Amino acid sequence: MNTHHLALTGISCAGCVRSIEKALNAVPGVTKAEINFAERTAMVEGDVTIDSLISAVETAGYGASMLNLDADGNETDMSEKEAVEQAHYWILIRRFIVAGVVGAALFSAALFDWLPAITAKYGQFSWGMAAAITLFVMYYSGRNFYIGAWKAFNVNNANMDTLVALGTGAAWLYSTLVVIAPSSVPSLAQHAYYEAAAIIISLLNLGQALEMRARGKTSQAIKRLIGLQAKTARVVRNGKDIDVPMEDVQLNDIIRVRPGEKVPVDGVITEGHSNLDESMITGEPLPVSKKLDDDVVGGTLNKTGSFLFKATRVGKDTALARIIGMVRQAQNSKPPIGRLADTISGIFVPIVLIAAVLTAMLWFDFGPSPKAAYMLVATMTVLIIACPCALGLATPISVMVGVGKAAEYGILIRNGEALQTAGKLTTVVLDKTGTVTEGRPSVTQIVATAASNKDTILQLAASIETGSEHPLAEAIVSHARENNTTFSTVTDFNAISGLGVSAKIEGQTLLLGNRKLMNDHNIDVSSLNEDFDALAQQGATPMFLANAGKAAGIIAVSDPIKADSAHAIKRLQAKGLKVVMLTGDNMATAAAVAQQVGINDVLAEVLPEDKANNVEKLQQGGEVVAMVGDGINDAPALTQANVGFAIGTGTDVAIESADVTLMRGSLHGVADAIDISLATLKNIKQNLVGSFLYNTLGIPIAAGILYPIIGVLLNPIIAGAAMAASSVTVVTNANRLRFFKTKSKMESSV
Amino acid sequence: MIILVNLLGLALIALIVWWFWMAKSFTRHSAANVVAAEHDLVAIDVENGVYTPDTIHVKKGKTITLRFTRKDPNPCAEMVLLPDFNTSAELPLNKPYDMKLTPEKEGEFEFTCQMGMYRGQLVVE
Repeated sequence: MNTHHLALTGISCAGCVRSIEKALNAVPGVTKAEINFAERTAMVEGDVTIDSLISAVETAGYGASMLNLDADGNETDMSEKEAVEQAHYWILIRRFIVAGVVGAALFSAALFDWLPAITAKYGQFSWGMAAAITLFVMYYSGRNFYIGAWKAFNVNNANMDTLVALGTGAAWLYSTLVVIAPSSVPSLAQHAYYEAAAIIISLLNLGQALEMRARGKTSQAIKRLIGLQAKTARVVRNGKDIDVPMEDVQLNDIIRVRPGEKVPVDGVITEGHSNLDESMITGEPLPVSKKLDDDVVGGTLNKTGSFLFKATRVGKDTALARIIGMVRQAQNSKPPIGRLADTISGIFVPIVLIAAVLTAMLWFDFGPSPKAAYMLVATMTVLIIACPCALGLATPISVMVGVGKAAEYGILIRNGEALQTAGKLTTVVLDKTGTVTEGRPSVTQIVATAASNKDTILQLAASIETGSEHPLAEAIVSHARENNTTFSTVTDFNAISGLGVSAKIEGQTLLLGNRKLMNDHNIDVSSLNEDFDALAQQGATPMFLANAGKAAGIIAVSDPIKADSAHAIKRLQAKGLKVVMLTGDNMATAAAVAQQVGINDVLAEVLPEDKANNVEKLQQGGEVVAMVGDGINDAPALTQANVGFAIGTGTDVAIESADVTLMRGSLHGVADAIDISLATLKNIKQNLVGSFLYNTLGIPIAAGILYPIIGVLLNPIIAGAAMAASSVTVVTNANRLRFFKTKSKMESSV
Repeated sequence: MIILVNLLGLALIALIVWWFWMAKSFTRHSAANVVAAEHDLVAIDVENGVYTPDTIHVKKGKTITLRFTRKDPNPCAEMVLLPDFNTSAELPLNKPYDMKLTPEKEGEFEFTCQMGMYRGQLVVE
């Protein structure tokens, strides 16, 4: 016995519930059928197939589909979606052809006088046939418009369907009135407009088909990301490799990846090493070498070696799944620039209806004879030419393509607002460590006083720093390990924020830190000042070591500047942006790094908690500020900034924390993100201006504003073509963004 | 005759204004397509340019599942956006899509398709 769940449609009253229940219970094998009216679902138990249940409900006059309750049915299957779209595309094309052939025949008939005049012999009969054929076309190719218009009308709503239905419906009714009772209108107005109705419906179907095709392309970026997901994983269980479907991969599974294969989920390498192509996620074109304990990301491609890794994130938690979720979300969010268009498109259709009535009145009051014909043509043209869709689509469709484009570059834009603000930035604040520099500091020099020696300084400094988690400390400790230094036992460890550390070894007080720390403890460092300043000016971070109240030496740690930082900063400055570097490091070091990368404004010796305040100060000065940082330590400053950029290296980024997440460590990502935002905004503006102009010019022209001036009245068929073309144009224009290339891409491809 | 036709036109305009703007708030709350979400799930059909039901009354702070079933293959119906909740979804065709929401603010919040032609309302009380 099985339990089936059905989603029901077409239920409007409790009476429907009873008839569906009856229908389901009548299916052989059903033991129990329960209907939830509020949820519009049915739960059926019995030895039956789901198909027999669905057909029973359908026979009863309602609709049903299978409801998959346990599986997460919310993930759209792209191939299925494409198949559905493809099928609908051909339906639209068929409707276009049928209406188009009939329309063209009627058009030719009118043009070449193939049919007798309405009042001539057999005229009413011939035109009556034309009326019937047109009615068939309206049903076959256009019934969606009429049904949609009626349904919307019932809930006090008006949409595009309303306009189309009224325009073509009025044409048919008027024409049929003329055919049935020609004498009811003056002889000059005895004209039928069946061809207009048929051709307009035909063109609108074509427009929808083309729009659908073009729209399919707008979601290519998300399709690409979904396509990155592997279907199976080779899990090592009981010493054997087994191919397991993705949904069965568990946390901590050991998975084997061979050369040329995709990494199925996120994890850590436990055996072997390889080069991985991570470009699809991070936008980084060069393969990345991975060894034991390195992270691997699901969806990336293994190039050379074979390795084993332990799954640390599976299913919806993988970086790829989160990226897909975020891009989807962002693609559907609207930037503020689109709000006006939203408001207008909300009240647009009733306004057009009013315009149509006014048009009819004006032609009646002031128009030439035959008034009835002119009234009809102008009114119909107004209804048909108006296109709320183009207006409504202008913003979201460009955002969709723009956000998708950014994802291709490894740039995740959180929402439409971030996209719009990124185009208005005036200042970019860069954190130094990990943003301008690699964020992997190492000991580059040790200076000892006459009373000490380099080994002792390293030994003491490393011993103190074993207790610290600061990146500089880690550099010292790992340098000591490489030199096989033995560590001493440390007591009374104390980290002094912004200054350094103090600790005791064998009863002696040791200080390691900047000049201020030494001054605070009245330690004379005059003999070391020259070396200290020289090291700082090279961009290293020197630290004094004092032992038992006396200066012992300097240990200098330096963090190499990222190879492309200077170039990326130049790109930002070339856009007219003010670039500021923010760091907790000492002024000399900060200035040296700044000078090497071409930054003039430096805010040094900023305590971590003051970073956000500094951003705020810039904002108070009228700047629109972007903050670029690592997303974890800089989180408050990122939030304070108008646009927060979290710069990551690969996957370990908190992609939820920033407005923009750069999957790649390069600062080019900031410039690229700004480029893409500007291009997207430009595209949105083109779309908005285009569709505003189209409607504000099109409607008066359709109403006949040119008639008193140059004697021209727009043909409703041309209005139909214009309307169909307008939304296709908007989508096509947005699609141009797919071919957008940022400067960094252009240069790297040269 | 002239006066009659003009009066007819003005009456038609008044009717349009009344039906699409003024009557909206009046019928919305009384029509059959208004659903009070006593259960935590409301099924919404997306078809022929309208959401059925199009007005959903929900309790503040209570998590509700909106089960959208899109039956309109037209691309217009593909997206549903709830800008006030900062959420949106791509609706598969003929397959229910569940959207969970927990409204924390009282008021009327619109949900629409991408173009704003499909329109519905979530009334949080």
